[in-house]
Amino acid sequence: MNELPQQLVNGLLLGAMYGLVAIGYTMVYGIVQLINFAHGEIFMTGAFGALTVWLWLPGGTTMWLALPLMIIGAVIVAVAIAVGAERFAYRPLRNAPRLAPLITAIGLSLALQQAVWAWYPEAKSARTFPQISGGPFEIGNVTIQTGDIFLVAAAPLSMAVLGYFVLKTRTGRGMQATAQDPDTAKLMGVNTDRIIVIAFALGAAFAAVGAVAYGLKYGEINFRMGFILGLKAFTAAVLGGIGNIYGAMIGGVVLGVAETLATAYIADIPGMDKFGSQSWADVWAFVLLILVLLFRPQGLLGERVADRA
Amino acid sequence: MTALLEVEDLRVAYGKIEAVKGISFTVEAGQVVTLIGTNGAGKTTTLRTLSGLLRPAGGQIRFNGRSLKKIPAHQIVSLGLAHSPEGRHIFPRMTIEDNLRLGAFLRSDKPGIEQDIRRAYDLFPILGERRKQAAGTLSGGEQQMLAMGRALMSRPKLLMLDEPSMGLSPIMMQKIMATIAELKAQGTTILLVEQNAQAALSLADRGHVMEIGTIVLSGTGPDLLHDESVRKAYLGED
Repeated sequence: MNELPQQLVNGLLLGAMYGLVAIGYTMVYGIVQLINFAHGEIFMTGAFGALTVWLWLPGGTTMWLALPLMIIGAVIVAVAIAVGAERFAYRPLRNAPRLAPLITAIGLSLALQQAVWAWYPEAKSARTFPQISGGPFEIGNVTIQTGDIFLVAAAPLSMAVLGYFVLKTRTGRGMQATAQDPDTAKLMGVNTDRIIVIAFALGAAFAAVGAVAYGLKYGEINFRMGFILGLKAFTAAVLGGIGNIYGAMIGGVVLGVAETLATAYIADIPGMDKFGSQSWADVWAFVLLILVLLFRPQGLLGERVADRA
Repeated sequence: MTALLEVEDLRVAYGKIEAVKGISFTVEAGQVVTLIGTNGAGKTTTLRTLSGLLRPAGGQIRFNGRSLKKIPAHQIVSLGLAHSPEGRHIFPRMTIEDNLRLGAFLRSDKPGIEQDIRRAYDLFPILGERRKQAAGTLSGGEQQMLAMGRALMSRPKLLMLDEPSMGLSPIMMQKIMATIAELKAQGTTILLVEQNAQAALSLADRGHVMEIGTIVLSGTGPDLLHDESVRKAYLGED
């Protein structure tokens, strides 16, 4: 069992990527009580934004120079699409029955997938994503793959930036107020419309960072990558307690670790040898979601709904 | 001299149902004016319209000489109109101090904000003792103190208090009313909405009695307090 530390690290890194995407679900839900099901596709467009920047750069550019530019490209594309979606798809439905924006989100999700499929050059099949050279890195008997090194740095840094923003800046405090009581936040002078746009934009920016991490981790991206990953990130957000930004990251890590350990060890349980392969990973992730919804529907860090009254 | 707040023929509707059917009143600087009346009279609707959360269907609102009709809610507080809403609506998962700071959301004069926080703690010592506690853990009366303290943090020209005594114990109610009297003595201009007519009229320079969306009677506080129909309808005398 000396591979356990290795599996934990693998799970942690996978979970950190889920967490980066989960922030967007939880922030938007916390403020407008909307599950933005197009968020997985916003993540996907971020990956293609990063790839576009890479293709623009002259051949032979080193990744250490290219990577920051690719992140900027990913963030710009994802934020532009998220802010556009808020302005033109969700805002007109702000006071509509809740089913309307939900169906809009699903429609938007399909539209974004098809737009990339149809118009992005050669996106009808997977496109290779540039890789960092060097590595892998050994720490004790744990190996961190080269592609995962980015996550090791990006995930904690993103959480620190987010924590600082929400707790220490004026806009962040306005955001907390809007999440707790939007009308009263207006009475304090908080421009809640602007806060909603910022929540969409921030969520998209973190998803874009997650998208770059995805490309580096798996080596290729495709127009469908946002579907399953979006569902996983949504699961992470619910797991952590939807509306709670720290919960998103914790939920992501719990999900990533659970999924990795299930894949690695379930086959060792007598009679379960069929259920341990990689193709069962998604099943175990959603089994975990169902268990949480049954036994702790408010999530690990969530508040009971009654507290909102 | 024009009044600080002038409301003229104000009409507010929820869909097709008119909740406020053309009311007019003024508040002069330094005055305490009260709107009294039963549930559903349109008092809260009136305050929510003044602070921009609801849009008038007709009529005029002038504050400090400016029409408020087209100004979005989040800009109205910066003009000097603060609103402590019905049901208190403190931010439950924030500390008491953070709630107060949100009351000063649009101010950037740090020393002034710190000074006003100390002033709020002077006015309500219990808040100072619990400044790091989540506001949702306070009792109803303490939450009311916090809501009032928070509204004062914007240094308003006019403070609107909606049902500050609602749901409070008699002792706590007396405390809140004493605080309003203290604010009045300091020269704060207040528009007070209350169901507790006795307490409100004892404090008020002027009062207006509202019934189903209209003002049916207006007068000075003492006049209304001694008016026979008011005594019958709102003070529980036969």
